[in-house]
Amino acid sequence: MAAGPPIVVRMTSSAITASGLRKAYKDKVVLDGIDLDVAPGTIFSLLGPNGAGKTTTVNVLTTLMKADAGTVRIAGHDVATDTKAVRAAIGVTGQFAAVDELLTGRENLKLMADLKRLGASEGKRVVADLLERFDLTESADKMSATYSGGMRRKLDLAMTLVGKPRIIFLDEPTTGLDPRSRRTMWDIIRRLVADDGVTIFLTTQYLDEADRLADRIAVLDGGRIVAQGTPAELKRQIPGSHVRLRFAGDAELDAALRLLANATRDDEDDLVLRVPSDGGARSVRTLLAQLDTESIEVEEFSVHTPDLDDVFLALTGRTSEKVNAS
Amino acid sequence: MSSATTMLGRNFKHTLRNPVAVFNGAIFPIVLMLMFVYVLGGAYDIPGNYVDYITPGMIILTVCYGLSGTALAVNSDMTKGIINRFKVMDISRSAVLSAHVAASMLRSLIAIAVLIGVALIMGFRPAASFPDWLGVIGLLVLVTFATSWITVALGLAAKTPESAGLISVPLVMLPFLSSAIVPADTMAAGVKQFADYQPFTPIIETLRGLLDGTPSGGDAVVAIAWCAGIALVGYVWSLSTFKKRA
Repeated sequence: MAAGPPIVVRMTSSAITASGLRKAYKDKVVLDGIDLDVAPGTIFSLLGPNGAGKTTTVNVLTTLMKADAGTVRIAGHDVATDTKAVRAAIGVTGQFAAVDELLTGRENLKLMADLKRLGASEGKRVVADLLERFDLTESADKMSATYSGGMRRKLDLAMTLVGKPRIIFLDEPTTGLDPRSRRTMWDIIRRLVADDGVTIFLTTQYLDEADRLADRIAVLDGGRIVAQGTPAELKRQIPGSHVRLRFAGDAELDAALRLLANATRDDEDDLVLRVPSDGGARSVRTLLAQLDTESIEVEEFSVHTPDLDDVFLALTGRTSEKVNAS
Repeated sequence: MSSATTMLGRNFKHTLRNPVAVFNGAIFPIVLMLMFVYVLGGAYDIPGNYVDYITPGMIILTVCYGLSGTALAVNSDMTKGIINRFKVMDISRSAVLSAHVAASMLRSLIAIAVLIGVALIMGFRPAASFPDWLGVIGLLVLVTFATSWITVALGLAAKTPESAGLISVPLVMLPFLSSAIVPADTMAAGVKQFADYQPFTPIIETLRGLLDGTPSGGDAVVAIAWCAGIALVGYVWSLSTFKKRA
């Protein structure tokens, strides 16, 4: 989890504010009154399942789409009336890597530098720096069509950073990446805030990602923000992690229930007990040792940590699966 | 203007790295010309040197073959998400679109130069004077400009790269139904009528007249009017589609 900023009265103005955002496609309401406030130099995460309206929100905030109603101010500039100033202040990395596949990594970055009018020597320096920083120097002169998914995302983000935008929008930056590439991407995002003091607005469908990166999280569901707060505040609303123990028969289960004071029966399975636990090795070992000394046989054992489904269950009374299906 | 030239450089790099585009745009028309002259041409009853007759037609066919690459390039920009990056960077739509048009024209004009070179080796002997050559260049710039804009519009309107590739097929077919390969007089009645009234016939006849040293004013006026009309439709259609889609 990212360390939150100290709680001080903010005198500076917000990096991003939105109020009353509405957007509908024909008769389908996609955004139904969104209010947001993101402090400069922080990571804000918009969390929600597919179809919740995350990309539409990003498109509206980044001038790619006009809202039907509501106002947006980015770095103090109104999106509707001062589009140019907004565009000068932001960088956007969309959900699908927007790299030019017929250009090499270096040429992609050079293209951005030229379009930002950095000048030949400055451009060259910026491109070399970014390649180095994103660990792409080795493949810099290969066609980006040959890059792996993780490299493509990195190049995409590097392209966004040309010209040093102060506010960066990342739409599902790690969806489809393998765990190692995800971790690399997280490190890069954290460093951007720590080293350069940029503001990051990122969307994700993974609770752990929002948890690890964000200073504040807003949960989006069906075009509305159903909860907003720090990761700790949100997690208090979610059932905690627990260990599930499955027994061969009622005798073992009853014995275990007598032994473990905080265990509860599972609602769905008669032979399962839920034991609150942080899921760490030490506490799990202690728990299993306890059962072992009483010779209670455990047939099946699993650690359950809260995920997006739990957040949704807690906040909306239904799972994200049902949201997807509807 | 600077971002338009940057985009032009990008688009041209794409062409050089796409063997299919190079083949369709520059090599295939030469293969066709060799076939028409050395395989089929003997059977045609055309007065004079057949290479002299067919070269103007092949020049226009070269323009049309190059257009499928343009439609594809425009469409893949729109469908692959890179267009959003350009928009957020405040690159104007005119810079994006005119760079595609300029790249398309440049590709065509280079391919035409190569084709004329091969035609000269095959015995093409144009009788054009210096002012006639200037007319040839002016007309070709106008034709490539007009067909590029209409193709950019078609590429923008296509939903997928596959349909964008298909959308230029009618443009490739049109020169065959004109006086490009054989005189329209020799065609079946319905086809001849179509050939007489479609844009490529006056364009090719103007080109033929200029290269022959016998420019015909009537054809030229019709050709220029067609080009202006096609360019205008392509331009307006492109801008409105671009606005709607992106």
